[in-house]
Amino acid sequence: MKHLIICAALALSSHTFADTIIVQSTTSTKNSGLYDYLLPIVKSATGIQVNVVAVGTGQAIKNAMRCDGDVLLVHAKSAEEKFVADGFGEYRHDLMYNDFVIVGPQADPANVAGASDVIDALRRISQAGAKFASRGDDSGTHKKERALWQEAGIDPVKGSGRWYLETGSGMGATLNTGVGLSAYVLTDRATWITFANKQDAVITFEGDPTLFNQYGVIPVSAKKCPNVNQDAAETFARWLLSDTGQAAIAAYQVDGKQLFFPNAN
Amino acid sequence: MDSLVEAFRLIISLDADLFEILWLSIKVSLVALIIAAFIGLPLGTYLAITKFPGRKFCILLLNALMGMPPVVVGLMVYLLLSRSGPLGWLGLLYTPTAMIIAQVVLITPIIAALSNQVIEHLHQEYSDTFYSMGVTGRRAVAAYLVDARYALTTCILAGFGRAIAEVGAVIIVGGNIDHLTRVMTTAIALETSKGNLTLALALGAVLLALSLLVNALVIGVREYAAKRQYA
Repeated sequence: MKHLIICAALALSSHTFADTIIVQSTTSTKNSGLYDYLLPIVKSATGIQVNVVAVGTGQAIKNAMRCDGDVLLVHAKSAEEKFVADGFGEYRHDLMYNDFVIVGPQADPANVAGASDVIDALRRISQAGAKFASRGDDSGTHKKERALWQEAGIDPVKGSGRWYLETGSGMGATLNTGVGLSAYVLTDRATWITFANKQDAVITFEGDPTLFNQYGVIPVSAKKCPNVNQDAAETFARWLLSDTGQAAIAAYQVDGKQLFFPNAN
Repeated sequence: MDSLVEAFRLIISLDADLFEILWLSIKVSLVALIIAAFIGLPLGTYLAITKFPGRKFCILLLNALMGMPPVVVGLMVYLLLSRSGPLGWLGLLYTPTAMIIAQVVLITPIIAALSNQVIEHLHQEYSDTFYSMGVTGRRAVAAYLVDARYALTTCILAGFGRAIAEVGAVIIVGGNIDHLTRVMTTAIALETSKGNLTLALALGAVLLALSLLVNALVIGVREYAAKRQYA
C-alpha cells in the first residue's frame, strides 16, 4: 500500500520543479483574467512558473503565514504592513491600483447615484433599508467595506439577515447573490467589468477618491519560512515592479478598458 | 438549453483545456478510488466477519464518517500538508497528490461501510460452511471479497461518485491552480464566480456525462461477467 501511495505521489508531483513558485493572491486579480495574460509573459521573461492560489485577502495572508506561498499579492495595505512588521514578509511594495464601485439594480431604489460621496451613498442604502450584499469573509474588499460603514457611523451588522446580507463568499459569488436579490454590492472595478452575470445591475456609484484600491506585492520571508523559493519569489516580485512588468500590467485590457493601473515607486 | 449546446460544443471542439481538466479529474478520482478500495474493502469485510470488543463502535464510526463534509476533510489534510504542518516537508500541498489524499480520506469510509453491509449479509449464510471447512482470517476475507464482487462494484461506484463530484476538499488542498490542480468541480466553481453561468452549467453537463460513462462501463462489465459465469 505504501508503495502504491509513493508511486502515485511521484507520478503526480512531477510538475513541481525548481523554478516554480506559489502566489497567494486575491480573487479579483485572478477572476479578471490578469494572470492568464501576465503569467505567460513572466514565464518567457524569467523562466519562472507561477502557480496562483486565489482566495480572499484575509485567507491569502493566513495561508502565507503558514508558509504556503512564496509571494503574497493582495489588497489590504494595513494588514499587509502588519504581515511584514511581524516578520513574515521581506518587504512590501505598491504594485498597482484600481478602484471600488457600488453596483446595484438599475432602478436604484436608494438613489445612490445622487449621493455626494461614498459615505452618503451608504447612508442612503441603510436609510432606505435597501438590500446590501457583503462579502463577510475578511477579504480586502470586505475590510474596505467595513471601514466605510464605520466612517458613515452605521453598524450594518444590526441589520444582518434583513437588509445587510453577509455571504461569506468570494467576490463573484457575492455578485451572483447581489444580482439575484437586486442588492447593492461593493466590488472592485476589475471583477465587475469581467463579471458575466450582470443581468440588470449597473454601477450606481463611482469616482469617490476614498474608493481607491491599492494592490501590494510581498515576497514571503525565508527567515520565517525556510522552505520558501526565495530567489524565484524575489525575481518575480522585482519583475512585476520593473518598468517592463509595470508596462505589461498597464497594457492589460478587457472590452477596451484598462483594469489595473501600475504605480510601483 | 444554452448550456447543453455549449457542453456539446466543448466536447465536439476537443477543447484542449477542457480535456486537461477532465483528465485530471479522472486521474485524481480513480487513483483515490483504487487506494480507498484497497483499504476500504478489506476493512469492511474484516469488521463484518470478526468479533472483538468495540466492533459495533467501529462500524458506527465508519457509518458516521460517510457523512463527513468534504470541506472539513480538505481542511484537515490542508493543515497536515501545510509547509508549517507535520507533513509539510513532503511539499505536497497544492499538488494532485494532495487532492488524492483528501479524496482517499473522504471515500474510504463510504467503501468500508457499504461493503461491510454486503459482507455481513453474506457472512450470515456462509459462516457455518466456512467454519467447518476451516476457512478463517485472511483467507475468509479474500473468499468473501471474490464471492461478493458484483455487489461490491456498487460500493465502489458510490465511492467514485463522491470523489468525482466533490469540490470542498480538492479546492482547499489543490488550490484550483490552472494547468496543475484544476479539476472539473473547481473549474465549475470558478466559472460560477466569474458569472459565466452557461459555461459553468455546460461543464457540469460534461461531468455528468463522464459519470454516466463510467457507471455504464462498470455495470456493463459486471453484466457481461455475470452472464459468462452462469452460461
